[in-house]
Amino acid sequence: MRGATHAKWAACAAAVALAATACGGGDSDSGGGSGDSSATLSASWGDPQNPLEPANTNEVQGGKVLDMIFRSLKKYNPETGKAEDMLADKIETSDSQNFTVTVKDGWTFSNGEKVTAKSFVDAWNYGASLKNNQKNAYFFGYIDGYDKVHPEDGGKQTAQTLSGLKLTGDLTFTVKLNQKFSTFPDTLGYPAYAPLPQAFFTDHDGWLKKPVGNGPYTIDSYTKGSQMSLKKWDGYPGEDKAQNGGVTLKVYTDNNTAYTDLMAGNLDLVDDVPAAQLKNVQADLGDRYLNTPAGIIQTLAFPFYDKNWSKAGMEKVRTGLSRAINRDQITKTIFNDTRTPASDWTSPVLGEAGGFKKGLCGDACEYDPDAAKKLIEEGGGLPGGQVKITYNADTGSHKQWVDAVCNSINNALDNDKACVGNPVGTFADFRNQITAKKMSGPFRAGWQMDYPLIQNFLQPLYYTNASSNDGKWSNKDFDKLVDEANAETDTAKAVSTFQDAEKVLRDNMGAIPLWYQNGSAGYSERLSNVKLNPFSVPVYNEIKVS
Amino acid sequence: MGRYVVRRLLQMIPVFIGATLLIFLMVNVMGDPIAGLCGDRQCDAATAAQLEKEFGLDKPVWQQYLTYMGNVFTGDFGTAFNGQKVTELMSTAFPVTIRLTIVAILFEIVIGITLGVVTGLRRGKPVDTSVLMLTLVVISVPTFVTGLLLQLLLGVEWGWIKPSVSTDATFSELIVPGLVLASVSLAYVTRLTRTSIAENRRSDYVRTAVAKGLPRRRVITRHLLRNSLIPVVTFIGTDIGALMGGAIVTERIFNIHGVGYQLYQGILRQNTQTVVGFVTVLVLVFLVANLLVDLLYAVLDPRIRYA
Repeated sequence: MRGATHAKWAACAAAVALAATACGGGDSDSGGGSGDSSATLSASWGDPQNPLEPANTNEVQGGKVLDMIFRSLKKYNPETGKAEDMLADKIETSDSQNFTVTVKDGWTFSNGEKVTAKSFVDAWNYGASLKNNQKNAYFFGYIDGYDKVHPEDGGKQTAQTLSGLKLTGDLTFTVKLNQKFSTFPDTLGYPAYAPLPQAFFTDHDGWLKKPVGNGPYTIDSYTKGSQMSLKKWDGYPGEDKAQNGGVTLKVYTDNNTAYTDLMAGNLDLVDDVPAAQLKNVQADLGDRYLNTPAGIIQTLAFPFYDKNWSKAGMEKVRTGLSRAINRDQITKTIFNDTRTPASDWTSPVLGEAGGFKKGLCGDACEYDPDAAKKLIEEGGGLPGGQVKITYNADTGSHKQWVDAVCNSINNALDNDKACVGNPVGTFADFRNQITAKKMSGPFRAGWQMDYPLIQNFLQPLYYTNASSNDGKWSNKDFDKLVDEANAETDTAKAVSTFQDAEKVLRDNMGAIPLWYQNGSAGYSERLSNVKLNPFSVPVYNEIKVS
Repeated sequence: MGRYVVRRLLQMIPVFIGATLLIFLMVNVMGDPIAGLCGDRQCDAATAAQLEKEFGLDKPVWQQYLTYMGNVFTGDFGTAFNGQKVTELMSTAFPVTIRLTIVAILFEIVIGITLGVVTGLRRGKPVDTSVLMLTLVVISVPTFVTGLLLQLLLGVEWGWIKPSVSTDATFSELIVPGLVLASVSLAYVTRLTRTSIAENRRSDYVRTAVAKGLPRRRVITRHLLRNSLIPVVTFIGTDIGALMGGAIVTERIFNIHGVGYQLYQGILRQNTQTVVGFVTVLVLVFLVANLLVDLLYAVLDPRIRYA
């Protein structure tokens, strides 16, 4: 029987093939079991959205790499989030507007080139210049002459370099800002301010294929879209040398697959535990599961360009909505405690001294259905009798929590139709509708901090016409207080002035704070000393591999 | 034959243009790609304008389409948002997906046709009934369930395979994903072959062949199978294109960086150049596969002649 033999043969072939892959699959993780400081680890990664340039990287995945291959003037302490001197010997100012920066001697890029003041000035000029299309260019907006190299109105660029940056020596340069900004030095740990070697300018394409920096790791090989392997740089002059031999970043299409790979012993570190696994993660990993606060806050913003939402009395409706949301229950049931109910507009990673103040929101963020109902009625009711919460449905598990928030509001108001979710297909389209000012009701507004400063949680989001003020909220008192805080040289005083501004935000409920987001990670038994920094990125250089 | 091929190739042109135009319009309708590019915050107006100019998004759509098609004919598929040439993305993604498709098609041909012949020859017997039941189960269970289940069992519980496919994506790594990808089509191929065989078994030419005293094996392979394969070949041929484009689910589960992955990323990031480029190639694959199927008919059944 021809047919029968065929079937047998096919079955055998399949069995043999399965066995073969089994043989091929087993030997992957047996290597590297002995040596510690030379052993490498593998970690999950996502494909960076933009070319890997310091001033062009504005998402976490590219940021991870920059964090490993670059060191800047300052570095944020992975535990406290405090900005500490790295390459900066000293940064001096007498008026909060003119700064003199001295760069430490003895630092080099991994290709041997010396890191000098020029490495910074050239890099910053490159980042600010409009013709280079850098998405983080606005970070240089505080420096004098920015409007010439990056005309906001789309006019012609009239200068190639920032007039506020001046080289004054091999290792010194001065920065002149266009406004007083006392905490400016603390922003300099952001990757956009990293120094760049000459090769970046002379052989740009070559550099992009294999970026060269001055951090504890060097890039060994980079296959775009699938894998990057980083090696410990033995000549690294800094104190925070890599404790392992290197890191292989593997691009995963789906964080569920990464988690499965971790379970199968195929991967060492997953820095984004999928929502679906949160229930099992404790049982699967025990204390190899990390769930620590990150500098991320989720809020609901309002379209203040819409008359319905900006007219007098609406602050009561907004506060009422805030009081109708049962944050405790939602963070527990939907997020399995990977979110913490928010009670101010900043993040716990700032710490008390940095400006985080638990309970600053007060009653306005406490769940009270009766008060909510009363406030909304007093404010004139919901515009059109219904709120629609707009969100993008393509990533994250936004649908679940938006539905839960609506459910909570509907229950509080005894009205099935008081709140509905309004999903938008893609993130790009969502952003598109926001920029086109097409929002008709509250919408999702997540904020991940650029640097751990209270300023970063307030100014970009709520200052009149600020870069991320998507709801176009505008308040003179708030703006005045922010300006005052920025001019204040005494840090403690600056922080308390920022908090005063935050109180203005609260009284008008410029945006509803929902919850602080935690970073999550899971790792294999081979690893120890795994931590997440305040940006929810693993501190790779401190990980020990056994 | 030659004239037929030329005619078919000429017919491809309007189909090709129509399909790409449709995709182009659909991707453009989704909104402004630049808006998603700057992450959770708005690009400043000047940079956004500059980027639009760089990617040619400031021109009207019809003009974008014409420039795009003009470039395609010179082999330039544009640049993805991360600065990579789309052709570069294709050169890494297509080999992987082609390997995956080959594995899947092989499963379809070998297992599907074999099971089909076996059951077709023994209609109503226990083998037939059990295979029919089995195919019914395979068809009704969604691919992602089969995929995740196999991944969990073979990858995590028993440790036979790696749950994810490495960057190299070798043939041996692609066997399980290939089987998952093929599963539903495989069941259809089995059923198609079975019906076709069962029908033709009673036809005159088979009876003649048997009456001539030909050996059973020869009757089945030369006479019965050859004629019964026509619908099956049609199905498998069109399935080549469907497998390549429809591998998104399988590729996602097993972390395969192929066409499905690139398309998914392209759609999420609203990267017109990537999406249109990949779909253009997929359309070509579909068209060529269809042509090959039609030409294969003549080989299987000499009565079908093309003028």
